[in-house]
Amino acid sequence: MEYKNYMKLEFHSKSQNEAFARVVVAAFAAQLDPTIEEISDIKTAVSEAVTNAIIHGYDDKNELVTIICRINDNELEIIVEDKGKGIEDIGKAREPLYTSKPELERSGMGFTVMETFMDTVEVNSEMGKGTKISMTKKFKSLDED
Amino acid sequence: MQLYYENIDNTLIVKLQGELDHHVAEKIRVELDEMISNKRSRNLIFNLKELNFMDSSGIGVIIGRYKNINKFGGKVAVIEVSEKVDKIFNLAGLYRIIDKYKNQKDALKCM
Repeated sequence: MEYKNYMKLEFHSKSQNEAFARVVVAAFAAQLDPTIEEISDIKTAVSEAVTNAIIHGYDDKNELVTIICRINDNELEIIVEDKGKGIEDIGKAREPLYTSKPELERSGMGFTVMETFMDTVEVNSEMGKGTKISMTKKFKSLDED
Repeated sequence: MQLYYENIDNTLIVKLQGELDHHVAEKIRVELDEMISNKRSRNLIFNLKELNFMDSSGIGVIIGRYKNINKFGGKVAVIEVSEKVDKIFNLAGLYRIIDKYKNQKDALKCM
């Protein structure tokens, strides 16, 4: 399958890179002529996925998080991947308000935010191998073309 | 992320400026709790006019402060909420526990 555009970003799993990651993806998405709301949705979803990788995937250890973005027509695909510990029960992790770290005052809304703000969210995870979150969103502003 | 405080009677008004994510959540949590405890604030109003970004880490911070304030019978309110922050608040069901007002004057009347 041929994509109109592609980018790959790799960075340390440090929390200060959360803002960096969402701004980079938003800048890449700019070519799709998104609305302010669409950009805000993308930034929030990326922030959730990257935060999950840092807190849950790597338990705050310094490793690498990878983001791949593909643009195909008016659809943006975002893949956020870590090589961390993996999610034991994906179904449970996706439940609203569920958190494996309640002591950190986490809201347990990460996946709910991703699901609400993106069109599709797919989670693949293997214990000890890592987690890959693939999300897509169609941008309306180019639909009329 | 910057916090600006104002204290009116027993209500602490906090203006959040910048982006509230996991990176700053812990620092904000500690700073807010210290301020609430120092000022012996009963109620808390968040001015969100200059909050440019918030994700679910921010929801955790807001709910955590609500729990602390609520324990002592106080109220938590938000004012000047932007459209994008409003979306997160609605999604998280925060308006079931936190009231939204247009401005500080309206919020203070209901404290």
